[in-house]
Amino acid sequence: MNITQILFWLLSVMALFGAMMVITSKNPVFSVLWLILTFFAISGHYILLNAQFLAIVNIIVYAGAIMVLFLFVIMLMNLNKSVEPKSNRWVKFAGAVSGGCLLLVLVAALRNTEVKGQVAQVNQGDIGLIKNLGNELFTTYVVPFEISSILFLSAMVGAVVIGKKE
Amino acid sequence: MKNVLELAYLVPLFPLLGFLVNGLGRKSLSKSLIGIIGSGSILASFIVSIWIFIQVKNGNTHTAEYFNFISVGDLRIPFAFQIDQLSCIFLLIITGVGFLIHVYSTSYMHDEKSEHFARYFAYLNLFIFSMLLLVMGANFVIMFIGWEGVGLCSYLLIGFWFKKTEYNKAANKAFVMNRIGDLAFLIAIFWLIQRLGTVSYSEVFLTENLRHLTQSDITGITLLLFIGATGKSAQIPLYTWLPDAMAGPTPVSALIHAATMVTAGIYMIARSNILYSNSPLVLNIISIIGLATALLAATIALKQNDIKKVLAYSTVSQLGYMFLALGTGSYVAAVFHVMTHAFFKALLFLGSGSVIHAMGGEQDIRKMGGLKKYMKITNITFLIGCIAIAGIPGFSGFFSKDEILAGAFGKSPVFYIIGLFTALLTAFYMFRLYATTFNGKFRGTHDQEHHLHESPMAITGPLIILAILSIIGGYIGIPEYMAHGAHALRDFLSPVFAGSYTVLGPNELSHDKEWMLTGISTVLILITVVYAWNRFTKKPELGEATGFGKVLANKWYVDELYDKVIVTPLNKFAGFLDSVIERRLIDGVVNGVGRLVNYSSRQLRLLQSGQVGSYVLLMVLGMLVVFVLQFFLRK
Amino acid sequence: MPINYYIFLSIALFCIGIVGVLTRRNAIIIFMCIELMLNAVNLLFVAFSKMHHLKMATVNASAGTEGQLFVFFIMVVAAAEVSVGLAIIVMMYRNIHSVDVNFLNRLKH
Repeated sequence: MNITQILFWLLSVMALFGAMMVITSKNPVFSVLWLILTFFAISGHYILLNAQFLAIVNIIVYAGAIMVLFLFVIMLMNLNKSVEPKSNRWVKFAGAVSGGCLLLVLVAALRNTEVKGQVAQVNQGDIGLIKNLGNELFTTYVVPFEISSILFLSAMVGAVVIGKKE
Repeated sequence: MKNVLELAYLVPLFPLLGFLVNGLGRKSLSKSLIGIIGSGSILASFIVSIWIFIQVKNGNTHTAEYFNFISVGDLRIPFAFQIDQLSCIFLLIITGVGFLIHVYSTSYMHDEKSEHFARYFAYLNLFIFSMLLLVMGANFVIMFIGWEGVGLCSYLLIGFWFKKTEYNKAANKAFVMNRIGDLAFLIAIFWLIQRLGTVSYSEVFLTENLRHLTQSDITGITLLLFIGATGKSAQIPLYTWLPDAMAGPTPVSALIHAATMVTAGIYMIARSNILYSNSPLVLNIISIIGLATALLAATIALKQNDIKKVLAYSTVSQLGYMFLALGTGSYVAAVFHVMTHAFFKALLFLGSGSVIHAMGGEQDIRKMGGLKKYMKITNITFLIGCIAIAGIPGFSGFFSKDEILAGAFGKSPVFYIIGLFTALLTAFYMFRLYATTFNGKFRGTHDQEHHLHESPMAITGPLIILAILSIIGGYIGIPEYMAHGAHALRDFLSPVFAGSYTVLGPNELSHDKEWMLTGISTVLILITVVYAWNRFTKKPELGEATGFGKVLANKWYVDELYDKVIVTPLNKFAGFLDSVIERRLIDGVVNGVGRLVNYSSRQLRLLQSGQVGSYVLLMVLGMLVVFVLQFFLRK
Repeated sequence: MPINYYIFLSIALFCIGIVGVLTRRNAIIIFMCIELMLNAVNLLFVAFSKMHHLKMATVNASAGTEGQLFVFFIMVVAAAEVSVGLAIIVMMYRNIHSVDVNFLNRLKH
């Protein structure tokens, strides 16, 4: 077991644990915090795969901006454990069972796919570097890049319009 | 070169057109126009029938195929007419007598409103059309179409005055009893198709094809066909509808229930003579039933007081004679008697109609009497009809009845004796009828007496023509022992019955025996006639019948028997079916299905909870199913 | 790292996210679980991109960049979606003073 593998398993456990805690926390603020932990774990995975740009962007955008936005909204509504709506037992059971079944089915389906045996390259590979990514982004994929700016514009306008007081 | 007899389709076409015009235009045409169209179409058919007769007499017989009626797999049933000697004789009878009755009806029914007048003529034309189909059809299916059609028209015309419930009941009775016979007819047709794969006469009657049928096949088929004939031609056990059918207008009784429809059974058996000749058992059955019916009906007629009922039972009795003739192998005699019976029975019915008309609707002969002073033409023609039916030599009935009795004697002397006895009864009740109605003193009311007058020309004209035919009609069938080779009818019809004669063998009596039989029957009949004339002129039967006479007057209680044994249980059964099975079971199931759908829809509606969460759950489950199908069940 | 490990990890995270969406009634938590699902998919994309890069590096030097660029765009879209979604949730809260999704049952009619 070299260091890479230990790191992989460690990060995986962290991610899974964090995800479980997200869905089972009673207090929504705690859910947010656990989710941030999960994001960090996933960013760790990215770094392991030498996708440095994405790791950083993940932290900045997701853990930084989006989660903070969530936190703001939760604080705005003053949600805490006591106000939290409770699902009844059967719903939780049904949800867990169907999720579990889906997990099993997908695992069973993808267990023997053609990609079995291939390896994701860790620790090496240049494509995760920002220079190469930028190269691709601004040459082959420049049109989607520009359109995403329009997407942001519309999202901004939408958010403002929806959130306006009458 | 197309055979000119292809034009035979004109014969049924004219009545069909008459039916359509009168039926559709009944609210707008005037009565005289209706009468002209109705009678004219039959006259046109009659003229074409005469032309056909001349063609056939010159040896031109033909089967005219018009189009494919049914073509299923191997089975092919064409819409075809068979014009040969047998069918053209019937054509002449139907169109000729039919035309006279149409003319008669224009006067008899003139009291009706023009809409009903038109309806009457439309039905009458439709009837003629169906009857023509029946006799002209070249296969059993076309015959059956006509068979059903005449049954329908009989129902429509019996219940013509539909506002009276008892008339409707009589019409129902006629139709239902006909139907029972029709069922047997249909089964026979199916049997034929199953065995031979064809129903065309030309193919069924070929000896090679007949060999394909076993004896039980032939017996079964002929028996079933005969049961159909008992329904249509009012033999035991399906005869009780005919007396009740007198509820219809008198011309209808004359045409349908005397001259034409009831002879359909005889035509059918005559047409299928080769089948019957190969089945001696069924021939015996036919003779016995025919004889029994003739005797039974004659006894009932002795004590009836309604002028039309007497004639109705007389018809049943004469039909029994025709079946007796068929059963003893005298096919020509049967057809001969059909012809002469058409003449004198139609005459008698039309004459009775004239009497009823003059009496203002009265039909009870006990209230009549002495009419010969007031209605000379009706009196003479009616008398001629009575003489003909009694079988007095020189008139048509004598020749045909004599031939039947001779044939009966050839089969068995017992048949002859019973047949002779029935002939005596016939003479007796016919002259009882004549004497009570026309002789003696008038026994009706004063108003009726003032109303008495001879009927108009449209009524007396046909009476005269029919009377003439009743006299001379017999001379086409002069038997061998009187004059050699003078039986024109037998010679004419020989091609149709040739096959049967070879199978059955000759049924000839020696000439001396025939003279003896004729002499005995003539003498006895004359004695009976004179006795009846004298007795009923002096002392007509006015009271109610008593003792054995009561049984006869009540028709041997056969109707009551049928009612108790068949009709009432059936009605009860139908009532049971209605209240229990229909209401509870079937309605329960149907309503139950409705309730079930309602309930399940209510339950299903709960699925639409509006909760987004449940929708997502279902989505996930669906995804699950898709994955499973995709990855694991796609082998 | 065999690619299977990444596949299983990603599937597990995804299913946990689904369970969260089905189970929780708080609209915001449901939203967060959706983000979790997106991230699981992102991880898988990056893993596949490295796998392809490994395989095809001899042929094409920039073989796996599509995967990572797509992750980039997913993040773009996620960000936009979060902003609009949260605006909607705020509106919902303003109207019914609760973030319980079971109150949103007008689809019933």
